[in-house]
Amino acid sequence: MAVYTTNEIRGGMKVMIDNDPCVILDNEFVKPGKGQAFNRIKYRNLKSGRVVERTWKSGDSIPGADVVDVEAQYLYNDGSHWHFMTNETFEQYVMDDKDLADAKQWLKEQSECVLTLFNGTPLAVTAPNFVILKIVETDPGVRGDTSGGGGKPAKLETGAVVRVPLFVQEGEIIKVDTRIGEYVSRVKE
Amino acid sequence: MKSQDAWRPSACLHHLKRRAEILANIRQFFSERQVLEVETPLMCQFTVTDPHVTGIPALYQSMGSSITRTLFLQTSPEYAMKRLLAAGIGSIYQISKAFRQGEVGRLHNPEFTMLEWYRLDFDHHALMDEMDALLQQILKTPPAERVSYGDLFRHYLGINPHTADEAVLIASAAEKNIPVSGTLPNRDAWLDLLWTHYIEPLVGQIRPLFLYDFPVSQAALAKIRNESQPVASRFEVYFKGIELANGFHELQDGKEQAKRFVLDLALRKELGISERLIDDRLLAALEHGLPACAGVALGIDRLMMLALECDQIADVISFAFDKA
Repeated sequence: MAVYTTNEIRGGMKVMIDNDPCVILDNEFVKPGKGQAFNRIKYRNLKSGRVVERTWKSGDSIPGADVVDVEAQYLYNDGSHWHFMTNETFEQYVMDDKDLADAKQWLKEQSECVLTLFNGTPLAVTAPNFVILKIVETDPGVRGDTSGGGGKPAKLETGAVVRVPLFVQEGEIIKVDTRIGEYVSRVKE
Repeated sequence: MKSQDAWRPSACLHHLKRRAEILANIRQFFSERQVLEVETPLMCQFTVTDPHVTGIPALYQSMGSSITRTLFLQTSPEYAMKRLLAAGIGSIYQISKAFRQGEVGRLHNPEFTMLEWYRLDFDHHALMDEMDALLQQILKTPPAERVSYGDLFRHYLGINPHTADEAVLIASAAEKNIPVSGTLPNRDAWLDLLWTHYIEPLVGQIRPLFLYDFPVSQAALAKIRNESQPVASRFEVYFKGIELANGFHELQDGKEQAKRFVLDLALRKELGISERLIDDRLLAALEHGLPACAGVALGIDRLMMLALECDQIADVISFAFDKA
């Protein structure tokens, strides 16, 4: 892999830090007029998900990481493992249930998603920003309620629970923003 | 940014109009004080030996000749202005472009505008008074606070920056949770780290901070006072997280200055960065005699950022580096 100097590092680049693949979030150039130049770099460890900030002496180098995002389809899960297939090459990948983190609550069979591969092995899966899912369980709404107000919890077909307005009923299909885990709107069938 | 907008200025036109007014205001400030405006070359034979400042080369070719000379775009007009001072010109100021290799960021543009001025018979405290008057006029700031480098480090970190050894500075960075990858080259770099990452964000937020009397290892072109604790008669100006200016009670001793340049060259070698020639024209001017004076350089673009309440330097420059 390529090696980058701290001044070439940009947001979104994938690099190896402490032997873990990380994605750069921000790189700030800090330099006293007559002193040592630094790069204050903020990054997310792609294995642990932790966001960290650390300072490098300007001009130091950081190796790139073989990390790529590929579009894929979630096929099925066999109880302990989740199976995916990439859209372009039809290659299949398997991920351990415990490595799926947040994404699994939004995925149903045939859902589109993004697989992050590190050295050819799936590291993470990201659900689409918006998903359309059916409500399988929620309390009956109160008549006359318009949107706004407190809302109520609703369980979706994938097992996720989101807050929905009181007028939304069991069996309805809704659009959810997965990044914040919030109800967006009802969707007509 | 959409590519069809690539031709557009970085700064909005309102900012550029305000910028022109502020520049006129600064010239008025110096005119009232009988300080003469001068111009010195942007393209020079020599560049600085300072290991932390890198000049940008410019290639010059005589008409019809295949021989190319490497000149440098100035990193500051300091040396040429000192040669004018040695020639007897009196108190002077200059507003000019300066260039520094590789310095791009929220507060840095490789080509930037610098205001530099020299006052005969001022020491660094007298020059701080004048700097304060200028900031009050341009930025409407309350009177600045003055704290010595030593007092600030003692207050915030409990260490004496003039005497603490490198291990103490490293431990202090760890204690204040400043994670560093690898190691830094020397004691001064650790001081720079503690200053920029820990102390600077805590000071100079409401009124400008004038930081003065630096460690002798950071004297650069300032006089060193051999008091019980030797210190360099140097000051810097900080306001709202922005380093705005750097000034010296100027060193007049050419032999001492030559020694410091040689030390710079040794440090460059140690750091594995390119060699430099020492500007012997500056040294000759110092030998001839630099009048007692203090001088300071102020980043005009950063001053504009503060005056116009902008978050990044590109917001006050007609065409920032990526659009130049």
